[in-house]
Amino acid sequence: MKPVDQMTWKDLNIGCVITEAGNAAEYKSGDWRSMRPIWDKDRCIQCGVCYIFCPDAAIYKTEDNYFEANLYYCKGCGICVRECVTGAIRLVEEEE
Amino acid sequence: MMPKRVGMEVSIAASEAVRLANVDAIAAYPITPQTHIVEHLSEFVANGELDAEFIPVESEHSAMSVCCGTSAAGARTFTCTSSQGLALMSEIVFIASAMQLPIVMILANRSLSGPLSIWNDHTDVMLVRDCGWIQTFGENGQEIFDLTLCGFKIAEDHRVVLPFMVNMDGFILSHVIEPVEILDQETVDKFLPVYKPVYRLDPDNPVTMGAFAMPDLYTETKKAQDERLKASKPVIEEVWKEYGELTGRYYHPIETYKTDGAKTLFVTMGGFSETASTAVDMMREEGEAVGLCKIRLWRPFPYEDFWNAVKGVETLIVIDRATSYGGPGGPVASELRSALYTWDNAPKVVDFIAGLAGRDVAPRNYKEMYQRAQARIASGDIAGYEIYGVRE
Repeated sequence: MKPVDQMTWKDLNIGCVITEAGNAAEYKSGDWRSMRPIWDKDRCIQCGVCYIFCPDAAIYKTEDNYFEANLYYCKGCGICVRECVTGAIRLVEEEE
Repeated sequence: MMPKRVGMEVSIAASEAVRLANVDAIAAYPITPQTHIVEHLSEFVANGELDAEFIPVESEHSAMSVCCGTSAAGARTFTCTSSQGLALMSEIVFIASAMQLPIVMILANRSLSGPLSIWNDHTDVMLVRDCGWIQTFGENGQEIFDLTLCGFKIAEDHRVVLPFMVNMDGFILSHVIEPVEILDQETVDKFLPVYKPVYRLDPDNPVTMGAFAMPDLYTETKKAQDERLKASKPVIEEVWKEYGELTGRYYHPIETYKTDGAKTLFVTMGGFSETASTAVDMMREEGEAVGLCKIRLWRPFPYEDFWNAVKGVETLIVIDRATSYGGPGGPVASELRSALYTWDNAPKVVDFIAGLAGRDVAPRNYKEMYQRAQARIASGDIAGYEIYGVRE
C-alpha cells in the first residue's frame, strides 16, 4: 500500500475499507512527541511498571533487562514518568 | 402468471416489497407515519413468513447503528423512519454512506418539530440532503413498492454499493389504500439475486471498516464518495430499465407529463405530482400551455435529464415542501436555479413553498400559483420565494 499522503481518491477501496490487517503499526505516533522519556539505570529496579502502563505499548525490555521507549511510537505522554515506582524516568525536551 | 392488482394500504405494499426482497435484518423504531411498515414487518418475522432478524431498538440512532452493523456483516438490511426519527439517526445516516453500506430505507416524509406536527412535507429529507445516499421519490403506492424492490438491487450492485432512500409522503401515501400490483416471489428472486457483499466483517478474513482519516487523506475520501454517488446514475437507470421490461413500469430520473408545447412547467417531487397532473389536465382544458416535470431521482441529481426536460420552457413553477429559513429559496428551487445558472435561455424559476405539514394543495391551488407566477413575472419580481396560502 502507498503511504497515506501519496494515495489518490482512486486508490481507496469501497467504503474506505482497509484490507491489510495490522497496518496501524505503520503509523508514526512518535511525531506527536515534544518531550521524550529518559531512564536512569541507577534508580531502575526493573519492575516493568512503565512497560505495563504505556498506553501505546511503546516501551520494550532491553537485552540487559532495563526498559526503553520505541521513539517511533512514543508520544511523550509521561504516564511512565508518573507511574515509575522509584522515579527513574524523566521527560526531556526533544531539543536536548 | 400475471400479477394481481390488490387494494392495500401503501405501507403494507411497502412492507410486502421488503418481504419479497427477502431481507436478512431489520432494525427500526416506530414513529408516525412510518409505523405500519415496521408493524407489518415484525408480524412477517413473528409469523415465520420472513426469515430475518427483526431487531427492536430503543431509538432511531440505535436503529441505523444496528443497520450499519448488520450490513457490514453482509446481511441485506432494511429500516424506515420519519421526521424526528431521521433527525435522531442522522449522525449514522452520514456514516452509512461514507462506509458504503447498501442499506435500504423508506422515509415516510413528515415535518420536523417545532411546533410538533405529525403531518407530511419534505423538511425531514431536506435535513439530510447532503448525506450521500441515493435519494428517490415515489408518487403512489405502486411506485413505492417498485422503488423499494429496485432499491436493493441498485444499492447492492458492485458498481454502486451505496445506501438507498425511498421517500414516501406520510399519510397521503403511507395511510391510503391504493391498487398495487404485487410481484410473485419467483419473479422477484430472478430480478433480485442473493446479496453478495464486496467486503464484510468476517473473522477469517479480517478487514477494517470505518477507519479514522487524517487531514492528509480525508479530502480524497470525500472525492471518492462523491464520484461513487455520481457514478451510480447509469446503474440506477439500467436497473429501472430491467424492471420496466419485467413489469411494464418504467422509471426515469426525471419524468414529464404533458410537456409538449408547454411554456410553463410545474416542478414537483413525491405525492404532489399526482395532484399536479390533475391540475395540468384541468388547465390544459382551459387552454393554458402548462405541463409537469417530476423529480424522481433527487441524489445523484440528474442535471442533463433535467435540462432536457425543461429546455425551451419559459417558466418553472417549483413547489418546495420545506423552508430554508432566511435562504435564497426553498431547497429544490435553490438547486434548480443553481443548475440552470450556466445555461443560455434558461427558464425563469418561480418558487412557492406549499403544502407544509399536511396543508392541502388542491388542483385549483396550482392554478392560483400559476396565476400568481404570471403576475410576478409581469412585475419583474421573481427573486426569492413565496409561502403559498399563508394567512397574512
